[in-house]
Amino acid sequence: MKTKNVMIVGVGGQGSLLASKLLGKLLLTKGYDIKVSEVHGMSQRGGSVVTYVRFGEKVYSPIIDKGEADFIISFELLEAARYTEYLKKGGKIITNTQQINPMPVITGAAEYPENLEEKIRLKGIDLIAFDALKLAEEAGSSKAVNIVLMGMLSKFFDFTEDEWLNAIETSVPAKFLDLNKKAFDLGAKA
Amino acid sequence: MKKLMLGNEAVARGLYEGGCSFVSSYPGTPSTEITEYAAKYDEIYAEWAPNEKVAMESAFGAALSGKRSFCGMKHVGLNVAADPLFTISYTGVNAGFVIGVADDPGMHSSQNEQDSRHYAKASKIPMLEPSDSSEALEMTKLAFELSEKFDTPVLIKMCTRVAHSQSIVEPSDRVEVQKSYEKTPEKYIMMPGNAKKRHPVVEDRTLALVEYAETAEINRSENGKDNSIGFITSSTSYQYVKEVFGDKYSVLKLGMIYPMPEKLIKDFAESVDRVVVVEELDGFIEEHCNNLGLKVEGKEIFSLLDELSQNIVADKFGVTTEKGIVLGENIPNRPPVMCAGCPHRGLFYTLAKNKLTVMGDIGCYTLGAVPPLAAIDTTICMGASISGLHGFNKANNGENDGKTVAVIGDSTFMHSGMTGLVNIAYNSSNSTVIILDNSITGMTGHQQNPTTGYNLKGDPASKINLEALCKAVGINRVRVVDPYNLAECETVIKEELSAEEPSVVISRRPCALLKYVKHNKPLVVDSTKCKSCKMCMKIGCPAISIKNGIADIDNTLCTGCGVCSQLCKFDALKAQED
Repeated sequence: MKTKNVMIVGVGGQGSLLASKLLGKLLLTKGYDIKVSEVHGMSQRGGSVVTYVRFGEKVYSPIIDKGEADFIISFELLEAARYTEYLKKGGKIITNTQQINPMPVITGAAEYPENLEEKIRLKGIDLIAFDALKLAEEAGSSKAVNIVLMGMLSKFFDFTEDEWLNAIETSVPAKFLDLNKKAFDLGAKA
Repeated sequence: MKKLMLGNEAVARGLYEGGCSFVSSYPGTPSTEITEYAAKYDEIYAEWAPNEKVAMESAFGAALSGKRSFCGMKHVGLNVAADPLFTISYTGVNAGFVIGVADDPGMHSSQNEQDSRHYAKASKIPMLEPSDSSEALEMTKLAFELSEKFDTPVLIKMCTRVAHSQSIVEPSDRVEVQKSYEKTPEKYIMMPGNAKKRHPVVEDRTLALVEYAETAEINRSENGKDNSIGFITSSTSYQYVKEVFGDKYSVLKLGMIYPMPEKLIKDFAESVDRVVVVEELDGFIEEHCNNLGLKVEGKEIFSLLDELSQNIVADKFGVTTEKGIVLGENIPNRPPVMCAGCPHRGLFYTLAKNKLTVMGDIGCYTLGAVPPLAAIDTTICMGASISGLHGFNKANNGENDGKTVAVIGDSTFMHSGMTGLVNIAYNSSNSTVIILDNSITGMTGHQQNPTTGYNLKGDPASKINLEALCKAVGINRVRVVDPYNLAECETVIKEELSAEEPSVVISRRPCALLKYVKHNKPLVVDSTKCKSCKMCMKIGCPAISIKNGIADIDNTLCTGCGVCSQLCKFDALKAQED
């Protein structure tokens, strides 16, 4: 099997590390070789953050390069647009439509581009854009955006719902389990 | 059972399995998690030291006493610990002593891109370089064995992509090691007469290590099908070469980066038509090959700057890669920013408003340099704010006095700010130092330090009294301000700048991300009062933006700190009652 590449992008503080942790646990139970590359330190402070998840028979590089991602999971619309160059031909972008203004936009030095969804689609990119924040809030917490997005991603993987739920159980605190299960379900049905 | 582990967690696992019982470190990205994970094992005593030099000396003391020990740091931390490093190379160890150093090519979270491999060569200490988590675990255990076998400290060199990548490891059981201490003055007292006798021991040891390197399993030659090219590589660069070429070409993978083998490399070079060295940053392996008289290619192909990747390697050899789709849209940058509710914000606003020259330091508050605050003039290294300010003021006969300050965090002040403050007091420059006391080491992800009252394990610990400390070194004027109170900040800073003697202002409020910090309700905008003057935008808070012409507060981010409302002349930003 050729190595599969999932890139998770977002804004520091949105919880992308939990999403990669969950994916890693799931893939480990399926017997794949895996590499997950994270970002710690300064860029976490509200900056653009990227996590790479790679799995297959034998994975060498810990990072995903331009033109290599099978999936880009984005927690924020502008971040989805920023990383389109990393998508491979036939790859898919799944993005939360939430918009978070970066500092240059807040200060007026730059503008948040308009109609990004349309512009991405016009490039022939397969894009799923939906309000994951609304679904997360419906599940009980705005912090569950990561699990809502994993729910959406699950539609494109051949893993059973039980396998996903087991991975969620081992990744989140017990008291938030029901909330996260609901978030996953809402994402999977969106 | 197989587990997915972060490279740093795997080093910690290697410490556990290798019988390590003492860890002393100072946090620094990308090395911090080694010590945090080590602290989770009951069998390992682990602590945060005030700086890397103290950490290394403490860990050396533990090894001397007969316990296997470790200290970890980022690349620039090794500069701080370089003093003991060069001399414990002479003394050698008793029980095994391993030093972890994590480089940051690409400077994801660092102020320079130094290549720590040079330290191994300069201090004549062996260095191992893992390329994934499994190797990180195994090499850490091996490092203890080599340390004891060759009577030397051993360096484990990580880099961001190995330290912060998870890959699969197979954990095993712990071995217990206990040695006894015997007084050996000629080995451990490095005065000239003894040190002169230890230096040849070091040189002989290096020769023995070269011999070891010739057949060590961690230096392995992987035969390819095509001998037109052979790659010599290590660390994450090895992974990029294998990603692009698989088993096509022969690869000599060096797990021990200092000292390097001679015969093994020469034999490898003879077996292929063309030798290419693939390594990040400096041409360290390449230089060794050149010294062996081999004709190799390296830095004429690959840059001295930044990280490598599979596409960079592919491009250099004409292997086509898919070019992704560029959106062609102007995508605004998203630089890191101070968090909403960050206590540093109000303080930096005050400094920017008064147009002060600000000597900065290393920590979250370096982000005070980012527009719109743009309140910092320099950032060099840990502690440089205070000592730099002293020189800046002292050299100009009072011309700069009253217009300059140093800003330094609580953890950085304990690390290496104190000595600078002693210099200000002792050599009397009229300088004002601001200690940004947010009660935690913030940037590296909330580590305890001597000012917080807790230790690495989370237990209560002795808490340094910063006011008393500053007074004890000879600073008479020490004031404490709440950075959420802009009027107070400005008054106190102006008073201290106009005083005719050195002073310290402690800007005290805990980091807004600390779990015990209670946030107020988000502020609300009174749209009838907002005149769109954008004064509230001057503090660079990510929770505030202008929507439809008036201020807008992001409820998910705002902590209700109220700094913005103090700037609003029209009373449009209101606190909500609890």
